[in-house]
Amino acid sequence: MDTTTPTRASVLRGSSIGPLLLKIVMLGILDAAVVFLLMTLLTRGSYAIFGVVLVGALAVNWVYLSKRAMPAKYITPGLVFLAVFQVFTILYTFYIAFTNYSTGHVLTKDQAIEALLSQSQSRVPDSPQYPVTVVQQGDQLAFLVTEPDGTAMLGSAEQPLEQVDATFTDGKATAVDGWTTLQFTEILAMQDELFDLAVPVSDTAMDGWLRTLDGRSAFQYISDLEYDPQADTLTNTATDVVYSDTSLGAFTAPDGSQMLPGWQINVGLDNFTRAVSEPTIRGPLVYVLIWTFVYATLSVVLAFALGLFMAILFNNPKMKGRKVYRIIMVLPYAFPAFLSTMIWSGMLNTRFGFINETLLGGAEIPWLTDPTLAKVSVLIVNLWLGFPYMFLVTTGALQAIPEEVVEAATTDGASPWQVFRLIKLPLLLVSTAPILISSFAFNFNNFNAIYLVTEGGPVDRSAAIPVGHTDILISLVYKVAFTGQNRDYGLASAFSIIIFVIIASISAYMFRKTKMLEDIN
Amino acid sequence: MMMTKKSILAGVMVATSGLLLSACSSSSSDEPTNSAAPTTSDAASTGTLTVWLDDVRADALQTVADDYEAATGISVEIVGRDAGTMKDDFIQQANSGSGPDVVMGAHDWLGELTTNGVVAPLELGDTAGNYLTAAIDGATYDGTVYMLPYSVENVALLRNVDLVPDAPSTFDEMITMGQASGAEIPFAVQQGEGGDPYHLYAFQTSFGAPVFGRDDSGSYDPANLTLGEGSAFAEWLGAQGAAGTLSTDITPDIAQAKFNSGDVAYWLTGPWNVSAAVEAGINVAVSPIPSAGTETAAPFAGIKGFFVNQYSENKVAANDFLVNYIGTEDVQMALYESSSTPPALTAAADAVAAADTTGIVSGFVEAGKDAVPMPAIPQMGSVWQFWGTVEAAIINGADPDATWAQLTSDVQGAIDAS
Repeated sequence: MDTTTPTRASVLRGSSIGPLLLKIVMLGILDAAVVFLLMTLLTRGSYAIFGVVLVGALAVNWVYLSKRAMPAKYITPGLVFLAVFQVFTILYTFYIAFTNYSTGHVLTKDQAIEALLSQSQSRVPDSPQYPVTVVQQGDQLAFLVTEPDGTAMLGSAEQPLEQVDATFTDGKATAVDGWTTLQFTEILAMQDELFDLAVPVSDTAMDGWLRTLDGRSAFQYISDLEYDPQADTLTNTATDVVYSDTSLGAFTAPDGSQMLPGWQINVGLDNFTRAVSEPTIRGPLVYVLIWTFVYATLSVVLAFALGLFMAILFNNPKMKGRKVYRIIMVLPYAFPAFLSTMIWSGMLNTRFGFINETLLGGAEIPWLTDPTLAKVSVLIVNLWLGFPYMFLVTTGALQAIPEEVVEAATTDGASPWQVFRLIKLPLLLVSTAPILISSFAFNFNNFNAIYLVTEGGPVDRSAAIPVGHTDILISLVYKVAFTGQNRDYGLASAFSIIIFVIIASISAYMFRKTKMLEDIN
Repeated sequence: MMMTKKSILAGVMVATSGLLLSACSSSSSDEPTNSAAPTTSDAASTGTLTVWLDDVRADALQTVADDYEAATGISVEIVGRDAGTMKDDFIQQANSGSGPDVVMGAHDWLGELTTNGVVAPLELGDTAGNYLTAAIDGATYDGTVYMLPYSVENVALLRNVDLVPDAPSTFDEMITMGQASGAEIPFAVQQGEGGDPYHLYAFQTSFGAPVFGRDDSGSYDPANLTLGEGSAFAEWLGAQGAAGTLSTDITPDIAQAKFNSGDVAYWLTGPWNVSAAVEAGINVAVSPIPSAGTETAAPFAGIKGFFVNQYSENKVAANDFLVNYIGTEDVQMALYESSSTPPALTAAADAVAAADTTGIVSGFVEAGKDAVPMPAIPQMGSVWQFWGTVEAAIINGADPDATWAQLTSDVQGAIDAS
């Protein structure tokens, strides 16, 4: 007894110290990462994210150090991932939907002004390239340039160029009294300041200014664009047109023409109005919407039917080698869908595809180019991708149906078909209905299965946008929001929200229906 | 249905991008510290340039970047990116502080990059004259140079010398010779269901129908849409489609696989496909694209180069790296040797052509003599939107005149609406 007691105590202690140590180490690693992140955020001035991360990290620490928050210990990791990967994305989509974030509107206003002024500078025609030496006096930077005739000129932001006596090396002025010559490595340490340095060529503004982009040569620039910070206007000095900020996210002339780049602003419900009134999309919208419903419904129904059929077949205990067959059945599910869809697209090629060339002996069936056949093709491909999942789910559900129920029905004289239709199927539907609903929602937005097989084609050339016969709503939106060089993220986000609302309503309705089904049983 | 798998995949992707984001933010947080370093710091830590380029060329630039660091003390961090999403990623991240200092791209990005205000003008100064004219044309947008060009690419006619020893002078002659060779496909040019106007452009210009007219300074004029003059080209397309010499079944993959297996006599493609064909044991020769109409066949020239981020904090270093380093003959040669795209610097291009014993590079240069830069004006987006599908439709039997007329009016409508 004397020897066993301390051993038992130490065992007890050990079992509580292990997890505690683990907890401390894990929290320590997490907190170290958080501190690093917080410091990074602070130096970048992202105070909002800083606050969110800080509060989140404190909450996580409290949960795991407190004795009271037992349930929270289990759900916190899930909640954190939910917040980062779902809630944040959704909120950000909402935010973008109310902005004009699109091509020409990706900057802030200050950045747009900077970009416009920088783009408007042009080199004075036939002006020489000046070798430049950057010199410093106190805080002030200046250019020591060598004129083509060999004279040295010195000038800074306040002081226009004037001739000075300088020391020359190989015909280039390299030093002047009272100023420190900067080496290239020293220039790099203050390159922002240097890049923005504009030295007036003379007292006359018309002559322009000198700038150096690489710290080695300077060029003479003029600009025909002037920014007036007081009036917040840009003036084109060549045409005397005044561009002002009229709350449209770009400097706008009185005649309505805009100067791009503009900047990002809040546009309220504009994107939603455009989503329903955009003339290019209104035309094809109806038939695309119909096809989207047909596609999503048929994808689910066909895959479920085939999966169930296979499941019943392989559920028969008399069948030999069921496990091998089942593994083969699940193979399409194991390949990356990306790869499968692209291989299918190649196999369906009219002249060189495996299906026409080898299987059908050189038949030229336009699988992807005929409007109707293309629809059939995308459904077949999606069936191939989708049925193994349904097979797995229904196999599980079938095996969960109690044998006694089936036996009882058989004893009562029910035929196998009656057993299936009146007993097995309703029981199956109860357990698989949520999966069917979410499959529908998934296929409603199954962009890849459409885009990688047909790209939405064949194209309907009667429409004003390149919409095709197999386009579903999400691929149509992609084509509208991201055509050519235009990237309209605001419009795309608004569409996403509209689609989300459609799917959410359908799903909510169907879930209620399912509830009723459950009650009946 | 693939839901569970899909959501896991999505989760993994989001997680990865989260990691990438944090990686980006940490690297960018280093940059200001570096550039704000006191002047007393030693030469080895004078800053880091971050350069984005497509995965394929990342290795090629690495050696060049190492040499630059040895010479100046500026370290260059090469980040290989997915070529398909690089432009959009750059536009979204350029002003956020986590974008690169320099990005590699093509000249037809220029319209979009300047409209978004994310690229800074460059100044080539006296060195501008050292580049091929097409390279400078392509690098210039609205009178300002924004890109340091490093290669000029164009498509040309490849042939399998074992099947067809001679270069054709006209399109019809090519088809006749190709058929006589007994090859499964006498002539291949990649199309696919959506068409491929880029590869067909030389034939279109041989019928005297460029997309846009040019103004006095040689820039494309968006107000002068000359696409509508292509009805002769459209009829030719329809005829070739009916005869089977052009087919939308020839996807890029199929064209390459069939040529490399020796089943194609002539193949209209770019230099990027040559090395694989040579490796497959095909005896390749290159010649200019034969004219299908009455005028010279002028393909598009694609100019590749480097842009400086308008919001970079290392613009002096970036300009120095591009103008004074990438723009030198040695570096352009080094880039050529590792990526085998013809250099944009005249001296380097001449050296490459002179040293070329296979005739392949000089063949592409010869074919590019009449090449025209692909228009970078934003209105070109409205053209791309419809162009390919219309050509594909005509090849597949749609009425040439009516369909082409609709293309012209659709494009004009889209240009007017934007």
